[in-house]
Amino acid sequence: MYEENDDILQQVTTSEYKYGFVTQIESDDAPKGLSEDIVRFISGKKNEPEWLLEWRLKAYRHWLTMEEPTWPNVDYPPINYQDIIYYSAPKQKLAPNSLDEIDPELRRTFEKLGISLQEQKRLTGVAVDAVIDSVSVATTFKDELAKQGIIFCSMSEAVQEHPELIRKYIGSVVPTTDNYFTALNSAVFSDGSFCYIPAGVRCPMELSTYFRINAANTGQFERTLIVAEAGSYVSYLEGCTAPMRDENQLHAAVVEIFAGEKAEVKYSTVQNWYPGDKEGKGGIYNFVTKRGLCQGDHSKISWTQVETGSSITWKYPSVILKGDHSIGEFYSVAVTNNFQQADTGTKMIHLGSHTRSRIVSKGISAGRSNNSYRGLVQVARKADHARNFSQCDSLLLGDKCGAHTFPYIEVKNPTGIVEHEATTSKIGEDQIFYCNQRGVDTESAVALIINGFAKEVMNQLPMEFAVEAQKLLAISLEGSVG
Amino acid sequence: MSQTIIDKITEQQSNLPGREGFLAEFTDRSMAEFRRLGIPAVKHEEWRYTRVSGLFRLEMGFGTGTSVTAADIDAHRLPDHEEATELVFIDGRFAPALSNIRHNEKELVVMPLSDAATGEHADKIRAHLGHSAAYHPDGIQALNAAFAGIGLFVMVRKGFATEKPIYIYCIADSRTGYVFAQPRTLFLVEAATQVMVAEHYVTLGSGESFTNEVFELCAEQDAVVEYVKIQDEGPMASHVGTTHVRQTGRCLTNAVTISLSGRMVRNNLNMVMEVEHGESHMHGLSLLNGETLVDNHTIVDNMQPHCQSNELYKAVLDEASTGVFNGKIFVRKDAQKTNAYQSNKNILIGEKASANTKPQLEIFADDVKCSHGCTVGRLDEEAMFYLRARGLGEASARALLLHAFAADILDRIGHEPLRRYVDRLVSQRLAYDIHNGQ
Repeated sequence: MYEENDDILQQVTTSEYKYGFVTQIESDDAPKGLSEDIVRFISGKKNEPEWLLEWRLKAYRHWLTMEEPTWPNVDYPPINYQDIIYYSAPKQKLAPNSLDEIDPELRRTFEKLGISLQEQKRLTGVAVDAVIDSVSVATTFKDELAKQGIIFCSMSEAVQEHPELIRKYIGSVVPTTDNYFTALNSAVFSDGSFCYIPAGVRCPMELSTYFRINAANTGQFERTLIVAEAGSYVSYLEGCTAPMRDENQLHAAVVEIFAGEKAEVKYSTVQNWYPGDKEGKGGIYNFVTKRGLCQGDHSKISWTQVETGSSITWKYPSVILKGDHSIGEFYSVAVTNNFQQADTGTKMIHLGSHTRSRIVSKGISAGRSNNSYRGLVQVARKADHARNFSQCDSLLLGDKCGAHTFPYIEVKNPTGIVEHEATTSKIGEDQIFYCNQRGVDTESAVALIINGFAKEVMNQLPMEFAVEAQKLLAISLEGSVG
Repeated sequence: MSQTIIDKITEQQSNLPGREGFLAEFTDRSMAEFRRLGIPAVKHEEWRYTRVSGLFRLEMGFGTGTSVTAADIDAHRLPDHEEATELVFIDGRFAPALSNIRHNEKELVVMPLSDAATGEHADKIRAHLGHSAAYHPDGIQALNAAFAGIGLFVMVRKGFATEKPIYIYCIADSRTGYVFAQPRTLFLVEAATQVMVAEHYVTLGSGESFTNEVFELCAEQDAVVEYVKIQDEGPMASHVGTTHVRQTGRCLTNAVTISLSGRMVRNNLNMVMEVEHGESHMHGLSLLNGETLVDNHTIVDNMQPHCQSNELYKAVLDEASTGVFNGKIFVRKDAQKTNAYQSNKNILIGEKASANTKPQLEIFADDVKCSHGCTVGRLDEEAMFYLRARGLGEASARALLLHAFAADILDRIGHEPLRRYVDRLVSQRLAYDIHNGQ
């Protein structure tokens, strides 16, 4: 335990944001600004079929009629949507045939991030799709997965190779018109990951997407689509980092999950976008829409997220429990420090009978940050015997930060049982005293207590991620104690 | 809302008393606010589940305040009223002829706001009138303020403690048409006093009525205040009520809100704790059937350290009724060592009943203990089975359990006769349901 704590401390003292480097690679950019021409340009670059261009344009035209939402409990200067580059791709040879052909600079980037693009690192056993700026640069273990019929590739590849699947599922869970940022994303999304698990297949390894924003002034708009057919299982990981820059950058992603009968999808995120510096300058605006649809009976979708980065987070991974006996889960740790703002939570929409959901949300605020939990649990008139349990706890470190909870509970069926509980407190002085007494200094004691506080969620993460997430927690809270 | 209705309201407002000095300025300012803000639509976050716009219709009348006799009130008098001070509002206007002030003048001051605003209490009116507006920046609240000219000023004088309660009857007379009543009270409790005040809302006749009231209470150092609101209006009654409690000294305030009937009921309850070591309790019970909607919005604003607040709201929702709860706890930056608890429990009985609840914490201080919890569910099946196994019929077993569920709130009414009175109302309702069910 001591060693581990020392290790954390070491990390804490040496790094503020260790992924803040910039990779010097040439990129192929679209001009700044947004218009129908840009949408056509992106679609053209990707060599997309006509229907997809139409779909994008429809979303763009709808976006023009919408207004940016103002209800989240976050505060930021207005975004100039014409001052963003909507498409930026690392310049490299078209379609690399093997990993050796990938720009070595690019490969080094991912090595620095600790992402294995080299397949010899089989020990890690994780298939990775790496997305830099707007484009997927490499996907590993593709062939191996293909043997089982699993499709795991970048979105643009999927559009070319499996247009029928994309056409069937894209926008089926998150409609383009859902909200301001989904409409924007639908119009200009540049890449992302696509994953298809055929019926009855249990995916043998963790699938993972790694997102990185590299170029300046760009926005990243990726779309992830996961389709799990009846009886299948997949565990999916997502990680994100960005260089340190003084300007704010926009990240507006969409993730859609479709689960058939008895299918199970587990989606884990460690979000570590650049949070801005200590004065609150720079950082990523992370406005993400994530939604899963439990279409089939007995299906299950589980969201686990560790949110430590971004200057502003606006994100509500949701589950629509349509199939009878389906299950939705949401586990979240959101840490905010300095001037970060997070408004995050979940929506559980119970439509089918005997549906169950569980929400565990842990918020930790430090510095001058604000951390809000906003959740909705809805039991529809016909959802007999629905069951929900929600727990959201907040921890405050310091007297300049804020913790907020906005849970909405709407029950329209008398057989439903919904429970919600929330607490807000600070780290107990007696707990710190207990640690001090046993020779653990205050900073380590706080790290220890916080890890304990977040344990319920951390336990849900796959092994490799859990270690990284734990370190992240400690780093994010560096200097906030004492 | 059409221009003709606004004109009608404006005309009514300009004929009210209190058209000079501070009060005129206050009411005119509020009227301008009302025109600016309008009636809150469903898009208004605070009015998400409750619709009020349909209430503003041309046929609404303001009543004359003279159509009611003492005999009409008799059926609704609260227990031991012979011993109590009874203040009566008819259609939102204070009716001195029907009121009985049984405290002596050294203990209690009762006078129209329009008189108080120009007399010796003018500075108090200035300091406290309209303090609630900041907590409810909406047109409904402003509209009541615009009619403060017919409001009432009550002051419990320093150092006075009595067993005698103060009863306030707010009566809407719907026998002659759709009536719109806007009672307004400024209730000052001076230092070192103990007082119990109960408000009773009733409708005469079975017609449509709309009551929009604001009750502002300010408690000074060492005051102990118990406040009970009993809302038992007719089936066609709509009600928007704001009770604003302000602690300007270290004191104890205790509020119980009972909602039993009506078409749409909105209760706002605010506890503003401005001084260290304040203590407040808020309890509420909604016992609903038919298509009644009861919306309880509460705010606890902890401004200073070492305050304590405790809140429990319960609802029994039968038939197609709807229960709404929104509880906000604010802990400001300096309010360290705050302890704030909040709990909301709903039992759904009716097939078409629904519960919408939103407990909300907004916390800016770190050394605090705050928690909230809420549940929505059915009656415990095992408890039902236990009672059925001992020979109780289903309806009686259910009534017994529901009565026990309600008892947690009823017990919070400190004034014994009043508690028994409310208990009887609740029991009658539960028994009535039993007969209905058989």
